[in-house]
Amino acid sequence: MAAPQPTEAAKLTSVPKAATQAAPLSRGSTGETGDYIFRYAMLLCGVAVLGTLVLIVYELVLRSGPSWHAFGLKFFAARDWDPVNEQFGAMPFIYGTLVSSILALIIAVPLSIGVAVFTTEMCPKVLRGPLSFFVELLAAIPSVVYGLWAIFVLVPILSNYVEPFLSKTLGWTGLFTGPPYGISMLAAGIILAIMIVPIISSITREVLSVVPQHQREAALALGATRWEMIRIGVLRNARAGIVGGIILGLGRALGETMAVTMVIGNRPEIAKSLFAPGYTMASVLANEFSEATGDVYLSALIEIGLALFLVTIVVNGLARLLVWTVTRGQPASTHA
Amino acid sequence: MPDSTTRQAGTSVPPISLRRRITDHAMTGVAVLTVILVLAPLFAIFAYLVYRGVGSLNWAFLTQTPKPVGEAGGGMANAIIGSVLILALASIIGVPVGIGAGIYLAEYGRNRFGDAIRFTADVLNGVPSIVIGIVAYALVVLTQRHFSALAGGVALAIMMIPTITRTTEEMLLLVPTPLREAAYGLGIPRWRTTLSITLRTATSGVITGIMLAFARVAGETAPLLFTAFGNQFWNLKVNQPTAALPLQIFSYAISPYDEWHRQAWAGALVLIVLIVSAVAAVRLAVRRGTFGAA
Repeated sequence: MAAPQPTEAAKLTSVPKAATQAAPLSRGSTGETGDYIFRYAMLLCGVAVLGTLVLIVYELVLRSGPSWHAFGLKFFAARDWDPVNEQFGAMPFIYGTLVSSILALIIAVPLSIGVAVFTTEMCPKVLRGPLSFFVELLAAIPSVVYGLWAIFVLVPILSNYVEPFLSKTLGWTGLFTGPPYGISMLAAGIILAIMIVPIISSITREVLSVVPQHQREAALALGATRWEMIRIGVLRNARAGIVGGIILGLGRALGETMAVTMVIGNRPEIAKSLFAPGYTMASVLANEFSEATGDVYLSALIEIGLALFLVTIVVNGLARLLVWTVTRGQPASTHA
Repeated sequence: MPDSTTRQAGTSVPPISLRRRITDHAMTGVAVLTVILVLAPLFAIFAYLVYRGVGSLNWAFLTQTPKPVGEAGGGMANAIIGSVLILALASIIGVPVGIGAGIYLAEYGRNRFGDAIRFTADVLNGVPSIVIGIVAYALVVLTQRHFSALAGGVALAIMMIPTITRTTEEMLLLVPTPLREAAYGLGIPRWRTTLSITLRTATSGVITGIMLAFARVAGETAPLLFTAFGNQFWNLKVNQPTAALPLQIFSYAISPYDEWHRQAWAGALVLIVLIVSAVAAVRLAVRRGTFGAA
């Protein structure tokens, strides 16, 4: 829809000029000054967007300076977090962020793809709208409400039923051992999974819908069953875009703060068991930032924020690129 | 003769094997199962919100400030008003800048510089909200020397701008070019055309974008933790620490007191109702208003 616009817009710029030439009498009211002011006012708003990002980078880099000077690169490898003795290492938080996000992906990816496939390929047309609406509704629930629900509903279920069951059946792996308190890395992973399902599934749906219809028809004409058609004709063509959606979900999971903070247990330790409490980069900021005393403590926290910022930018950039190549690479009108 | 051979060839297609048919049905079953697994938490959350929330919701909750620990009663009136104050500040800062940037991109931004702004807006959209909180802290709290509603408003405004910018641009580009040309033909200056014709035609779309951004930040907690900070008392001053509904829900939820847990549920219910009704009200006003052109 936006495709013809650039040339049109280019043509447009000359129109008001032509108008002023044709009617020089009304020059005073055609508003050349007005246009000038307006254009630069709008430009200023655009520059503000750019400026905000620059400002974010500037503030984060500037204020993480003391910590950077004190610890250098070792900061990201050190495991101790000891505000009293001013020894700071970000490893437990990086570990917690990675593990909880990966856990979330492991749970959310099959679910999201299943939902997307069901909505675009399997369900009756009347259900399509309501189904997408409900899944999008999950994205509208505030993070803190997820956390509240997780504390009072999810965590008791985990500690009473799920964790005892897992430790009995899969305890030998070492991933599901220890006391089943409920408040754990596992709880964080599950609540994150629920939160990123709408992102991954809506991107997947979008990508599936631009797979050309003739790919489906070709597979069916070769005698494929519906599932074979979906696997060969649809999913294989949409791979890159789906991966983009997954990475976008990862970006959200990495930066998610409140719900995780409320259920992960907030202990800066690295434990193999998923039943053990952990701590993430975002939640250490949420918990300790406003109480941080001393320059080094505060700047160590800001350095964690800077690391989180850089990682999410790389992850989101990658995801956008992947989604973009799929949805822009093909004509979008082939599938209704 | 040739007719019958083709027909025979047609019927001689081997029947789909049992294994393939079972796989087909099994995968349909799996897909249905995923839908159930995804929607179950959604309904569970809403059911719990209503069940726990309605029971704890009363007049005192909506009109009183929090009582000290151990005393029953009290409410979140100050947090509700605080949230309104912070969101109003965020909108005052974020909406004009977002719309302005969107206008720039749609009307003047067909160049490298426009692409840079577009890319920046997308990047900003992905920045974790807690990081935005740090920046607002550094910018406003450190210069003012105390936590304030303004700092919270700035943090939320930064989060609103990219969404508003991108949707405004998209909506303005949908306005047909002949409409602009007609205005130019009448000798109307470009700035006036953009504001009174293009933007006006796209009003309902632009407002939808604003509501999207609003709904997204209304429930945000992380960027308010060390900007607005929270407050147990009434505050309507822009430069003082201010309570906010999401903050209050958070601190009550992680507290050990049953009374506070009940209030957290009531707060969550009020928060969701506020968000939904704000969005619905604006949608309704737009639809009923005079800008029905789009």
